[in-house]
Amino acid sequence: MKPNGNRRLLVALCTLIYVFLMLPLVVVFPISLSSAPYMQFPPPGLSTQWYERYLDDPQWIDATVRSLYVGGATAVLALLLGVPLAFSLARGRYAGRIAVDRLALAPLIVPVIILSVGLYGLFAKLKLIGEWYGLVVAHTVLALPFVVLVMMAGLRDFDRALEQAAEGLGASRLQTLFRVTLPLLRPSLVSAGLLAFISSFDELVVALFLAGPNMTLPKKMFDNILMEIDPTIAAVSVMQIVLVSIVLVLIGRFGRGLQGSAR
Amino acid sequence: MSSRTAGGLPPPLPSPVRRGRAGWGRAALPALPALVLLFAFFLFPVVRMLGFSIEDGSLDWYAKALGEELYLRVFWNTFEIALLVTVICLLVGYPLGFLIATTTPGWATLGFIFVLLPLWTSVLVRTYAWMVLLGRNGVFNRWLIEAGVIADPIPMLNNFTGVLIGMVHVLLPYMVLPVYGAVRRLDPALVAAAEGLGASSWSIFWRIYLPLTLPGIFAGATIVFVLSLGFFITPALLGGGKVMMLAVLIEQQIHQTLNWPFAAALSAVLLALTLGVYSLAQAFTRQEARP
Repeated sequence: MKPNGNRRLLVALCTLIYVFLMLPLVVVFPISLSSAPYMQFPPPGLSTQWYERYLDDPQWIDATVRSLYVGGATAVLALLLGVPLAFSLARGRYAGRIAVDRLALAPLIVPVIILSVGLYGLFAKLKLIGEWYGLVVAHTVLALPFVVLVMMAGLRDFDRALEQAAEGLGASRLQTLFRVTLPLLRPSLVSAGLLAFISSFDELVVALFLAGPNMTLPKKMFDNILMEIDPTIAAVSVMQIVLVSIVLVLIGRFGRGLQGSAR
Repeated sequence: MSSRTAGGLPPPLPSPVRRGRAGWGRAALPALPALVLLFAFFLFPVVRMLGFSIEDGSLDWYAKALGEELYLRVFWNTFEIALLVTVICLLVGYPLGFLIATTTPGWATLGFIFVLLPLWTSVLVRTYAWMVLLGRNGVFNRWLIEAGVIADPIPMLNNFTGVLIGMVHVLLPYMVLPVYGAVRRLDPALVAAAEGLGASSWSIFWRIYLPLTLPGIFAGATIVFVLSLGFFITPALLGGGKVMMLAVLIEQQIHQTLNWPFAAALSAVLLALTLGVYSLAQAFTRQEARP
């Protein structure tokens, strides 16, 4: 398109939209470095007290560590279950395949609150409330669609002639899978795993119901926001934004492109 | 070995003749562990919970949910907010998706990063940031007062406005990405031909881009609307208890009132609305999007 008046107008409009999109992410940085004891903007001076308060508070650290391993376990479990599922959906041809596809993607459409309440009832019965692995199971249900979507996109673009070549040269099916197919799908695997991790690390609604007193980071943040707005949350937010940026960079570098990760 | 034959087929094109009925068992087997998980921890708990709503053998809880004015207002509120959020996302998201799709690759990557960074930043972080920005003593009100534009702070938090702003921010990327995809799929030769024939950029937009990207618009609008219906975090925090949406009401019924049957009835209605809108949109897309 040739640059013209309309185009310039569009660029100006989109700049405003980007300001809207990025403003909430940017604003927490100065607040997290504020020297004021309460929310004040612009900050009267700089200090690192909110980061120190976060690092010195065992509750915050506990919550962070718990979120990290719940997220890690979710990513592993979602990959272990989701990758074979994606293979079966992308390559299999059986009665009910469409129903399986719908079911695998349903957690994206069904409101999380409904799943949360349902699991809350079930887990209360099974005495799983407050257990970290209960949360991992619930987060895996939510992460599964991401893994399936990313892996199926990867499998769609996969050149199966490479597998035929391997098998033609005498490789067993298992050898082909582990030495040809999966290594070639590594970018998709990286994206799927990282997305599963982030979706669990950020998840609040299920955690509100299932986490019990053992809090994850989002639940701890939610409780703090409800009680008082002190800039510790801003410091935690900054760290989360930095973590997500790192993950996005990793996906861009080793994963299957930013667009693949978007869907 | 059936799977070996299957492995030798050319990839994307289906070839039903040679594969035939490859047998249900083998191809479906890898899906089994995930299916067990989905049945045990997704379908079963949800169906079990929805069953509480008719446990006493009557539809009284549904009558309460759909009959009492208090709750009807929550339904209406939810619907109204979802609709407004969808319209705003469309008006704001279309230009953005369009720009990213039609700019140079370098700018497009940058444009994508700044759409995906908010998308993957915790909803909680963003909601907190909006509280900081929109509050009575928040950034916006302070600036406006210092600049002498207003004398008293404008209420932007704990009301309808706050919820709308927060929700549009969370859901905007879901509109931008399908629009981007639709614009990208459009054949550039069409635009070049129209330009060559002397069409103005406005008429190119109205007569080529807009009609041909309607499926993308529709897909984005559907996903934004459906996700809005079940939204919880943003209305719970930015609504300050004054803007009641369905998901917030359900959470209250469980955590505060402990009224499981009623929460189940509300969930059933929310689920029916969500799936209804989604399937309608799907059916419509299938009909319309056929090339």
